[in-house]
Amino acid sequence: MMQAEEAYINLYKQHAKSVSKSCSDLLNGKRQAAFEKFQTLGFPKNTHEEYRHCDLREALSIDYGLNINRVKIPINPHDVFSCDVPNLSTKLFFVVNDQFYKNDKPIGLPEGVLCGSLNDLTETHARLLEPYYTRLSEKSSDGMVSFNTTFAQDGFVLYVPAGVALEKPIQLIQVLHGTVDMMANRRLLIIVEEGAKAQFLVCDHALSSRYFFSNQVTEIFVGKNASLEYYDLEMDQPNITRVSNTLVSQAASSQLLINGVTLQNGLSRNNINLCFEGEGATASLSGMALGNGNELIDNHIFVDHAVPRCNSQELYKYVLDDCAKGVFGGRILVQKGAQKTFAYQSNKNLCFTKEARMFAKPQLEIYADDVKCSHGTATGQMDEKALFYMRSRGISESEARLLLKFAFTADVLDNIRLEPLKDRMRMLVEKRFRGELAKCAGCSATNCK
Amino acid sequence: MLLEIKNLHASIEGKEILRGINLSINEGEIHAIMGPNGSGKSTLSAVLTGNPAYEVTDGEVWFRGKNLLSMSPEDRSREGLFLSFQYPVEIPGVSMVNFMRSAVNEHRKYRQESALSASDFLKLMREKRSIVELDSKLANRSVNEGFSGGEKKKNEIFQMAMLDPKLSILDETDSGLDIDALRIVAQGVNKLRTPQNSTIVITHYQRLLDYIVPDQVHILYKGRIVKTAGRELAIDLEERGYDWIKQEVEE
Ligand SMILES: Nc1ncnc2c1ncn2[C@@H]1O[C@H](COP(=O)(O)OP(=O)(O)O)[C@@H](O)[C@H]1O
Ligand SMILES: [Mg+2]
Repeated sequence: MMQAEEAYINLYKQHAKSVSKSCSDLLNGKRQAAFEKFQTLGFPKNTHEEYRHCDLREALSIDYGLNINRVKIPINPHDVFSCDVPNLSTKLFFVVNDQFYKNDKPIGLPEGVLCGSLNDLTETHARLLEPYYTRLSEKSSDGMVSFNTTFAQDGFVLYVPAGVALEKPIQLIQVLHGTVDMMANRRLLIIVEEGAKAQFLVCDHALSSRYFFSNQVTEIFVGKNASLEYYDLEMDQPNITRVSNTLVSQAASSQLLINGVTLQNGLSRNNINLCFEGEGATASLSGMALGNGNELIDNHIFVDHAVPRCNSQELYKYVLDDCAKGVFGGRILVQKGAQKTFAYQSNKNLCFTKEARMFAKPQLEIYADDVKCSHGTATGQMDEKALFYMRSRGISESEARLLLKFAFTADVLDNIRLEPLKDRMRMLVEKRFRGELAKCAGCSATNCK
Repeated sequence: MLLEIKNLHASIEGKEILRGINLSINEGEIHAIMGPNGSGKSTLSAVLTGNPAYEVTDGEVWFRGKNLLSMSPEDRSREGLFLSFQYPVEIPGVSMVNFMRSAVNEHRKYRQESALSASDFLKLMREKRSIVELDSKLANRSVNEGFSGGEKKKNEIFQMAMLDPKLSILDETDSGLDIDALRIVAQGVNKLRTPQNSTIVITHYQRLLDYIVPDQVHILYKGRIVKTAGRELAIDLEERGYDWIKQEVEE
């Protein structure tokens, strides 16, 4: 039963030294406890309610290689992604599989800002990052998270010190590349201190036809009065399995926006666990999933209103074609004493075929009385009246469907506050609906080599 | 002949609504179709424009010498058929501009003309909007979303102006309009008239026919055209109601 786990447990037992060899003390110091926890938890099973519609067995039966010895991947991502989102001048960084791609160029960010390799920065700034690294992941009961902490060797850090507002968005492009089947354990740490401001865009792409399993853990800390916009775009391939755990802590009066778009993928499981730890904070979480073929997109969002006067808004939309499967799990917990909570959740889905399926499970648990909470979920087909109206004006059926699909996703894209990114996303979504999304046309790559 | 309907039968959900319609329309003519509620007027317009909810069980329809019933709804439109809907549909998230641009350019493609440039298209929009005095703000909104009843009807005629059809069916375009809006809509329709194009006006009331003067008036009752005459028939109906027609038919 524990076969998939067993292979990795043995791997770690035999190679623990190699895993730690080139890594910082901070990363290494957390491995043993996480390893023990993983041995108890194992990988998530579809017998577990939370993973009922997301079966990872097949993906985990593949014999992936882990790049434990940190062999450098012979690729220069700058060559592959030659240009940027037009008019969106970002600070651009790369992670290849699970290694930060080092670049000698000065990053040109305000003093005190840290941006770069997790392994390097946890070495050079151990005291600064120590209070954050694993603070949220330790509480997770998802086996993928403890697995990640066990094996994580690198990833990305963004640290914005108190009072600093980043002018330009930070963009991280994560590529999967290799000539064998591989697993990447990526780790991201994003800290926006008191009163600071940042916009962060992360794009996942695959540049290989091999099987990949990306297991990512992102810990996000939004400090008092701080503001973070976090955009997460996946534009992968059917051969990619992605499990992403995003763990968020929000301090008092902080503001967070998360917008996640799955344009194209294989199997994706995105967990967001957000906890309000200080009063008066707001979080706007939105996302959309465009599924066709045999794609599976499973978003599980958990918002924990642990303190009073916080505001959370969720908007998740799925457009499913062919045999695609969508899952939305939205749990809102309003803890005792969390008065004046405002929590709103909306999930709307379009299924185009009988084979396309959507599973939605909203869960509201409210233990306070002075709150405003609501949720709504609806899954339907295309509006036949609207379709005929458009066709009666000479618009072809396929074009009419496209316009309606596009219209359906419009409000999710409207949540994007970075205007050039919004324009870019509109174009990508339209291309995706037209079936014109080139395999490797990255979010920032218009001239893919 | 522009349109020729022969023995048309159609049903919805197994219920026969049209029970043998015969109607011929020449270029440049205006035909009014009147009749009590539920007699099948909207069904006829839906069947002519190819609404897939209806099933044609018998008969044929020829439009500009082509077999209309074998064409897709979009091709019927591109061939020059237009329906002003009794109940225009709201399409949240699709802007009027994008909607019309798609429609106009698909019509042009069908005629093997190149797509309009952005500026030419906007010019066309402006020009046609003025025909029905459609507020410029509405053009930037989603199709029919939040439009008042009158605005929706004006918007139908605006679309008609944009697409320049050979045959327009106005399905109760006058209902729900106040007298000013009625005048604007009717004058809009008249401005769009040419000696070549024709109109079917479906209405309950004589008042629209004061503006759009029909060559023939047909009465549709229980899925059949039971009476055809000149415009005086409409005036008769206004005075006497439908009961005498019903009586005549029952006899
Ligand atoms: N979608 C539908 N399903 C079932 N019956 C319908 C539907 N639409 C119309 N009908 C029936 O068809 C008949 C004709 O309707 P309609 O064509 O709308 O009449 P009119 O436009 O002359 O008032 C009515 O009896 C109506 O109940
Ligand atoms: Mg009607």
